[in-house]
Amino acid sequence: MSKRKRSQISRWIQYAILIVVAAFVVIQADWATLAETFLNLEVAAGMFPEVITVALKNTILFTLLGFALGLVLAIVLALMRLSSVGPYRWLAIIYIEFFRGLPALVVFLVMGFGLPVAFPGLGLNKLVVIMVALGLVASAYMAETIRAGIQAVPQGQVEAARSLGMSSSRAMVTVVLPQAFRIILPPLTNELILLTKDSSLAYILGSSVAGRELAALARAEIVNTASLTPFIVIALCYLAITIPLSYLSRLLEKKFGSVGRPA
Amino acid sequence: MKNRTGEPIIRVTNLAKSFGDNEVLSDINGEIYRGEVVCVIGPSGSGKSTLLRCINMLETPTSGTIVVDGHEMTDPDVDIDAARTRIGMVFQSFNLFSHLSVRENLTVAQRHVLRRSKAEANRVAEHTLERVGLSEKIDAAPSSLSGGQQQRVAIARALSMNPDVMLFDEPTSALDPELVGDVLKVMRSLADEGMTMVVVTHEMAFARDVADRVLFMADGVVVEEGPAAEVIGDPEQARTREFLHRVLNPTG
Repeated sequence: MSKRKRSQISRWIQYAILIVVAAFVVIQADWATLAETFLNLEVAAGMFPEVITVALKNTILFTLLGFALGLVLAIVLALMRLSSVGPYRWLAIIYIEFFRGLPALVVFLVMGFGLPVAFPGLGLNKLVVIMVALGLVASAYMAETIRAGIQAVPQGQVEAARSLGMSSSRAMVTVVLPQAFRIILPPLTNELILLTKDSSLAYILGSSVAGRELAALARAEIVNTASLTPFIVIALCYLAITIPLSYLSRLLEKKFGSVGRPA
Repeated sequence: MKNRTGEPIIRVTNLAKSFGDNEVLSDINGEIYRGEVVCVIGPSGSGKSTLLRCINMLETPTSGTIVVDGHEMTDPDVDIDAARTRIGMVFQSFNLFSHLSVRENLTVAQRHVLRRSKAEANRVAEHTLERVGLSEKIDAAPSSLSGGQQQRVAIARALSMNPDVMLFDEPTSALDPELVGDVLKVMRSLADEGMTMVVVTHEMAFARDVADRVLFMADGVVVEEGPAAEVIGDPEQARTREFLHRVLNPTG
């Protein structure tokens, strides 16, 4: 038998197995109960418009605030990590290893209950606490991404900038970081998508009705309606955020495509 | 040879540079005077690029002093950024800022370092780009240019800072052979206009025709120096003769 024939037959066997598995699942599943539990249209309709006007809005708000804080922290950390000053490097490494190693849930719990205790005078509201917790979680990952991006910019770019009389910080801001960010745009989008999902951890801090994000709203609705349909609704809402983000990232990647390559 | 009067613009004294245990330059001394074109030739690994990079402190010398235009570059307290604005540098691999247009490449340091107004920076950029014959490429992206064009833009970028001296680090070594001529032509016209130039190069014809003085380096020392016609046309040292013989008759 020729190699081509053999791989054709193997392909047909793979298709057959897939079809059998799919058929088994379709036949065995209890569609009626499933539909009642997960696709109760009445329950779904009852979630509107709050699921959009409150929960989706809060998810986006928490994510953007956390991402903004995380990005600023991450740039500082990445620069510290690459610094020639020893103590800066060690501090950055300790911070990154610490927050990268902790589950986001633990960071949320410690920040959520620790920050208000630690700084009672500041009258921290829940939004700030969520922003800090998300920012800390995001910054450790993004710092390593940004460091890799900075190191991917050819040394010749820095030398050219310095030879023109730019200080090292001016060269970093004007030449290195803009190129680094174009290089790391895809992994950075990835961080933003991960953070969108991590924002669901805000529910463990409890929230007012107006402060609920998608996960918190879903949990409240499940208790009220005894249906799991809210999970499906918020799942679609998360996808409505993350899929356009991926698309936007690909668009920007194409636009900046010529930059990563040496000129 | 140009008359060498007044203070040299570059004075190198007892310069040494080691990378770890590897001594790349040992006890280099020399001066370069205003308006001079000096070509540095020699086998690869002879330290000629390192010497050039020490002049604007892209490499920190292990010992010795370098004075450029009255500023001691090797003084730890010197304002190195201000000193570098007077020294243009052209690299083997062009090193144009790949995220900026040609115009921005030419104006970014003028704006941020020399604090020129946008209008003035643009005017200077247009003028220098015209000098290298690439006026029509002012809004192009570097990646859309040929290697020779990129190198001419890199020369224009350095000229936009109105430097007193230009350093060229093997400016044509990364180019396809048919593009070398355009870059050398620009460099020759710069020399004719009186620019002080230090050129590390393998282009012997350029060195012979354009240089006032040629330094031949090998193993981290200056083996021979003098007028181009003497060093290239009639070298005294055996090592220089051997090197030139190999460069000019590569097949044997």
